[in-house]
Amino acid sequence: MSAVTQSEVSGRISLEGVTKKFGEAEAIKNISLTLHKGEFVALLGASGCGKSTTLRLLAGLETATSGRVMLNGRDVTKEGPAARNIALMFQSYALYPHLTVAQNISMPLRLGRMSALQRLPGAGLLSNSVRGMQDAIAKRVLEVATTLRLEKLLQRKPSQLSGGQQQRVALARALVRDPSAFLLDEPLSNLDTQLRGDTRDELRALHRRTQYPFLLVTHDQSDALSMADRIAVMIDGQIAQLGTPKNIFETPANIAVATFIGNHRMNMVPPGEAELLHTAGGQCHVGVRPEDVRISPNGKLEAVVESIAFHGEETILRMKTQNNTTLRTMLRGTQSLPSQGQTVGLAVEQSAMHFFDRQGQRQKVPQ
Amino acid sequence: MKLSNIIVVGALAIGAAMVLLPFFWMISISLKPQGEIFTADLRILPQHPTLMNYWKAIVETDIPLYLLNGVIVTGSILVLQLVVTIPCAYALAHRDFMGRKLFFGAIVAALLVPFHVTAIPIFIGFAQLKILNTYTALILPFVSTAFGLFLLRQAYAQIPDEIIDAARVDGMSEMGIAWRIGFPLCMPTVIAFAIFSVTAHWNDLFWPLIATTDPDLATPPRGILFFRDQESGDDVGPLMAGAALITAPLIIGFLMAQKRFTQGLASTGLKG
Amino acid sequence: MRKHLTDLMLVGPAAILIVVFIFMPVAIVIVLAFTDYQFGASSANWIGIDNFSTLFGSKIGRKALSNTLIYAAIVIPCSVGFGLLVAIGLHNLSKTLPRISAILRTVYFLPVAATMVALAVSWQMLLHPSLGLINNWMSMFGLQPQRWLSDRDLVLYTLAVIGVWQSVGYNMVLFLAGLAAIPSTLYDAAEVDGAQSGWAKFWIVTWPMLGPTTMFVMIVTAATAFRIFETVAAMTGGGPAYASDTIVYALYREGFVYFKAGYASAITVVFFLALLLLTAIQMLIVERKVHYR
Repeated sequence: MSAVTQSEVSGRISLEGVTKKFGEAEAIKNISLTLHKGEFVALLGASGCGKSTTLRLLAGLETATSGRVMLNGRDVTKEGPAARNIALMFQSYALYPHLTVAQNISMPLRLGRMSALQRLPGAGLLSNSVRGMQDAIAKRVLEVATTLRLEKLLQRKPSQLSGGQQQRVALARALVRDPSAFLLDEPLSNLDTQLRGDTRDELRALHRRTQYPFLLVTHDQSDALSMADRIAVMIDGQIAQLGTPKNIFETPANIAVATFIGNHRMNMVPPGEAELLHTAGGQCHVGVRPEDVRISPNGKLEAVVESIAFHGEETILRMKTQNNTTLRTMLRGTQSLPSQGQTVGLAVEQSAMHFFDRQGQRQKVPQ
Repeated sequence: MKLSNIIVVGALAIGAAMVLLPFFWMISISLKPQGEIFTADLRILPQHPTLMNYWKAIVETDIPLYLLNGVIVTGSILVLQLVVTIPCAYALAHRDFMGRKLFFGAIVAALLVPFHVTAIPIFIGFAQLKILNTYTALILPFVSTAFGLFLLRQAYAQIPDEIIDAARVDGMSEMGIAWRIGFPLCMPTVIAFAIFSVTAHWNDLFWPLIATTDPDLATPPRGILFFRDQESGDDVGPLMAGAALITAPLIIGFLMAQKRFTQGLASTGLKG
Repeated sequence: MRKHLTDLMLVGPAAILIVVFIFMPVAIVIVLAFTDYQFGASSANWIGIDNFSTLFGSKIGRKALSNTLIYAAIVIPCSVGFGLLVAIGLHNLSKTLPRISAILRTVYFLPVAATMVALAVSWQMLLHPSLGLINNWMSMFGLQPQRWLSDRDLVLYTLAVIGVWQSVGYNMVLFLAGLAAIPSTLYDAAEVDGAQSGWAKFWIVTWPMLGPTTMFVMIVTAATAFRIFETVAAMTGGGPAYASDTIVYALYREGFVYFKAGYASAITVVFFLALLLLTAIQMLIVERKVHYR
């Protein structure tokens, strides 16, 4: 219905073996990542892991130290943001405070379509072609603004808008140009819980409608898990795992990813002690999510209850084994809770176990 | 409480009257007919106030020319200062280039150098280029302003990086960002600097005294001295009218925008 | 490559101008100070420190230096002191009579914004030996009329009074900012601790809290006082008989009236070093301020 749907969708953008150094420090180490048409990828990682740098490399705000950035088969490594036509929505929205909503949204078009001379105030009065361009831009701005329910706010300044409205203006400014890809930097982190859910749905819908390649940068795994088709987990400047949300949650590729993903940190029992859970545990780390740890008199692994935290529907027990490994278990309901200082036996279904070798890489263990 | 208030107001008012005295006397004489100025019994207020002196100053003397020169020189200095300083201030605040720290250090060092120190070599250089006694000579030395660079760099550094990046993503050139994003956002600082610059160069006597001997190029302070020295003391009325005219633009500006003026001039303290 | 070109375009002009109009002249003036170069001459000779010995050794040179120091010695305490008094008065007044306080503040600041040379012309009329208002008033009160600007024992003090007149408003503004920054809770605390009179509160709270501001104001006033030129050039020309000669005026006269560039450069260097010394003192004080806070 809107022009956004009709617009031509561009192909793909990729990083090929990209490394970025700041001075001596490597912020990004040999990363390869491709965003396909119609795909929603989340770049997930803790702060300082290099995800923002990756985004800036894609947008052209940083230049790669080595490796290539490809856009539709073209090498754009050395080109600036203007040549890439990539939309970027900033965490703070980064609206121009001195310009109206309409001027904010039209900025990429005016810069992209008109020369400096044509942008001069009053140029429209002198030249028909300039006026034509101005009209076309105004029409396009109105279209996009209408899609995002901003048409009544076009003459306001950003300071007169609510947080949610500012975010929609930032979205509009990104969408107005028919970008080759759409990058979002922590779009939800400034929003309260209520608005957050709505915005998630809105962004998903927007993506389905426009089919641009979306890249969402976030430190919040629930955002990534709920919105993305694929997740790239970034740890320490590298992509630790790339896969579907289900894939990443169920078969984390290494200990780092396993302990990063999930509402509660995965328990990791070191080799040796882990033999009490599974025979392979002699040589392997065994990881178990807290929700999969059961208290059972038959459990061979024993631990002392250190603290009990009641969270309403669930209760989280922190325990310590003889080898000083900290373990957590999550119990539903309040029945038969052990008391603090009590020693309990712990048991885990084999299907809930994750095995990792001594280097931390996932191991397949035969049943 | 009440009494102490009266004492304070009284003391401050006496001080204020002393501060106002030269202004008041200037205006008073400028409104007196010639006969009232040269009399033994001095009256504070003119008995028969007249605008004749102002008419004479405007029509019969070069005061309008001096004012025009003042506008040309201070205006050109300010415009060129901004043209040179704005892009550099932007780059210093938001770009990473080789030698940036060194350059900023150099600017801070240059803040310590009063203009008087550089006058002799600049005079020699201008003499060799044969541009003494030109508008260029009056304008050019002040285009480089360490103070402006420092002040505006601090202002540009306040602009969030994300807004700068947003403009880059939108396809704006670096020069475009400096002027179209940075300039409007730094307007308060730009205005403070403009007030400082215009006041300093409108009032400056030192360099115009050195760089020009041609009365046609005289800026207001230089001009009023030309006027005084030519008139051999007979035309005090028009002289005072002229003095009032050349200081009027800044005084009016100050009265209209006191807060900005005070800010702009108070920041000269930084200039050392 | 393109990035470097952009950087060059943004930074280049300013960088070149700073070097050409500030750093090169400073270097040249220091070199010239050790020569006997004259404007227009085709050559110059190294004469070592002769220029400096002339400045410190000759009567005229010493006069310029001592005049500047005396001028500063009068202007600094008076201008800072009056500035502080006016600021405290206006600050207190602003709570009870805000409008009057605002008007008075405007009046005190007027000389800072005004064109000094124009006001100097007016001062000249005020101080005129026969037609001046000041002498007129003096005789009204039975005092001896003075030749304010042509008596060699008086002229420097006259200029100093004008210097104070010009700078009080500026210092007042700085002090007002300092006063506004003192938290009112400190005054409450002082009162609780037994400071009843305004006098006691001033010594317990205001004065120590204004310490850093006062130092800053003094340094700024000193730097301005050392640069005294406009009033001298407009009113006395350094006369009579060098009685109101100052460093910057001597620099101007020797360099641009007598065209002795080498000697004028030496004066410039001395002037510059004096200002740098002030800056160094300022930095030391700022350092100390950080320590005792």
